[in-house]
Amino acid sequence: MNTRRYFVSKLLQALLTLAFVLAFNFFLFRGIGDPVTQLLRESRGDLSRSAALELERELGLDLPLPQQFVHYVGQTLQGHLGVSTFYATPVRTVIAQRVWATVLLVGLSTIASTILGIWIGIAQGWRRGSRFDQGMLGFTLFTYSMPEFWFGLLMIMAFSVGVGPFPAIFPTGGYSSTFPVYHGFAHVTDVLNHMLLPFFVLTVSYLGEYSLIMRSSLLETLGEDFIVTARAKGLRDTAVRRKHAVPNALLPTMTVTILSFGFVISGAITIETIFNWNGLGLLSFTAIGNRDFPVLQGLFLLFSASVIVANLVADLLYSYLDPRVRAA
Amino acid sequence: MGMKPPPLSTERDEGAAVTLVEHGPPPAEPKEIARIRRREARQRVWRQYRKNKMGMAGLIILVFFVLVAIFAPFVANTCGLDPTCPSTGPQLAGPSLHYPFWFGTDDLGRPVLTLTVHGARISLLVGLVSTIITVVLGTVIGLVAGYYGGWRETILMRITDWFLVIPFLPLAIVLAALLGASLFSIIFVIGVTSWPSTARIIRAQVLSLKTRSYVERARALGASDWHLVTRHILPNVGPLVFANTVLIVAVAILSESTLSFLGLGDPLHTSWGTILDNAFGAGAPFAGDWWWVLPPGLAIVLVVLAFTMVGYALDDILNPKLRAR
Repeated sequence: MNTRRYFVSKLLQALLTLAFVLAFNFFLFRGIGDPVTQLLRESRGDLSRSAALELERELGLDLPLPQQFVHYVGQTLQGHLGVSTFYATPVRTVIAQRVWATVLLVGLSTIASTILGIWIGIAQGWRRGSRFDQGMLGFTLFTYSMPEFWFGLLMIMAFSVGVGPFPAIFPTGGYSSTFPVYHGFAHVTDVLNHMLLPFFVLTVSYLGEYSLIMRSSLLETLGEDFIVTARAKGLRDTAVRRKHAVPNALLPTMTVTILSFGFVISGAITIETIFNWNGLGLLSFTAIGNRDFPVLQGLFLLFSASVIVANLVADLLYSYLDPRVRAA
Repeated sequence: MGMKPPPLSTERDEGAAVTLVEHGPPPAEPKEIARIRRREARQRVWRQYRKNKMGMAGLIILVFFVLVAIFAPFVANTCGLDPTCPSTGPQLAGPSLHYPFWFGTDDLGRPVLTLTVHGARISLLVGLVSTIITVVLGTVIGLVAGYYGGWRETILMRITDWFLVIPFLPLAIVLAALLGASLFSIIFVIGVTSWPSTARIIRAQVLSLKTRSYVERARALGASDWHLVTRHILPNVGPLVFANTVLIVAVAILSESTLSFLGLGDPLHTSWGTILDNAFGAGAPFAGDWWWVLPPGLAIVLVVLAFTMVGYALDDILNPKLRAR
């Protein structure tokens, strides 16, 4: 298959998936719960029947379902995600106000855990069975089994509250201090100070995934013929590792890394919640409590779309770096 | 890797043929032979499993937690779950040596030990039942797609791929929020959202099994699809499914704790996740009430760790060829 056809077919697949997610998103929210009936139930009599009907007409919910669907798709394609029932502002605005906090926190932790994880994975795979390897495997198994929000709570208790011998050196949560309010450079350090603990928790939780993939990928590469050839040529150990083993072993790890960037904006719902970090994760959590379905619907679409885009990027980049997959 | 070749089964076949000629005792029924072989296989797996340190450690932890869950009312008085119960203690008391206040109490004076012990029931139940849903869904979809191929495969695998890109937690949250907080909805949500990876694994395995000569031989002898699937394909997919299932339980228990922590759990049934949710809601971490936060989380870590270790050990033994190095 030539490059252009591969590119186009991948693009079409991604668009098809996006269309599925769009339809799924619509029918999920319309099929299971009718928003107005739910509002009526939640209001316990505060909302009159006629007002509910009025609202239904306003939201276009009295129209037949197919017509609503067409309307929904049209609106979404123009970037209109509806109006939040809690904030009474467009969902798009609500999301736009919070997206950068999430990108900052989760994005930085993803980058840090990728770099650290790859580095650890290489060290593990290169000295397979060493004490370091064994220790890191145990650590990975442990962090995998640990709910990240529980780890976060422990960290808050230890380093923000200061239980027992631990020092309370970090703020208990939030994005920046509310009193006093800092400006300029002081604001930056203030935000960093708030971010350090959740950043640490997320980085530790994600780390194991990357080190494990890098380790097994390196082990697989070390069994290849070209490594034997490189050694037979009399290359030094470092040269074999740096020039031959690692670059080839990096390929699968890179795919996973790119995929995980798709999960950045949906990645830290529980961590943002416990650290009161005002991003999209905290927004999802509060939207559940507020029964703010338009916001949940908008977030869900955004989360899925970002994963689809990351998938597409990973596919295309992989085919560029490793032309063999195009042939398959 | 030093893989041993599988024990040759032809020896037994030849033996049976010989006894026929020598007019010895009549050969066993085919079903009887299959039963004996299966028992021997089970014993062989168990002998190997016993040598696996990681697997045995996991199994011991699991047995402990399952016993605690089964005998929860005897381990810790059920009455302790009710804030009006006379056996509750002072509110938010730290750990003490007096049973059942080893782990202190929550904001209603309930012993955290009692909550954690009874939480084991709900957490394990949700983990196991949602895993059954996941495995049945994943196996049926993977089997149909892999065995029949054609348009069925195209459609089913496309749907599977779609579900794979939907981020799990947001989907689970949306579903749970729409269905309302109940034990049933949390089980349903976890089961319905986690099948795609199982379906893919099963399909890949079925695709390779389908072309094996013994399946072709059975087909040539006129075996029906049902017979082929239930007698030849499924038993060979079995070990893979089994090891995978144990690993899925671990993920399901983690998912339950996360969903419950986000307030989507059943408020009437205490699980480890709901204890942590209550503790967080009452501000326990910020007041430094560590005894309320530590035990349920530690229980989650231990059980998930145990299921993962057992799953890895089983995978090592049952699927030596597929083992990741």
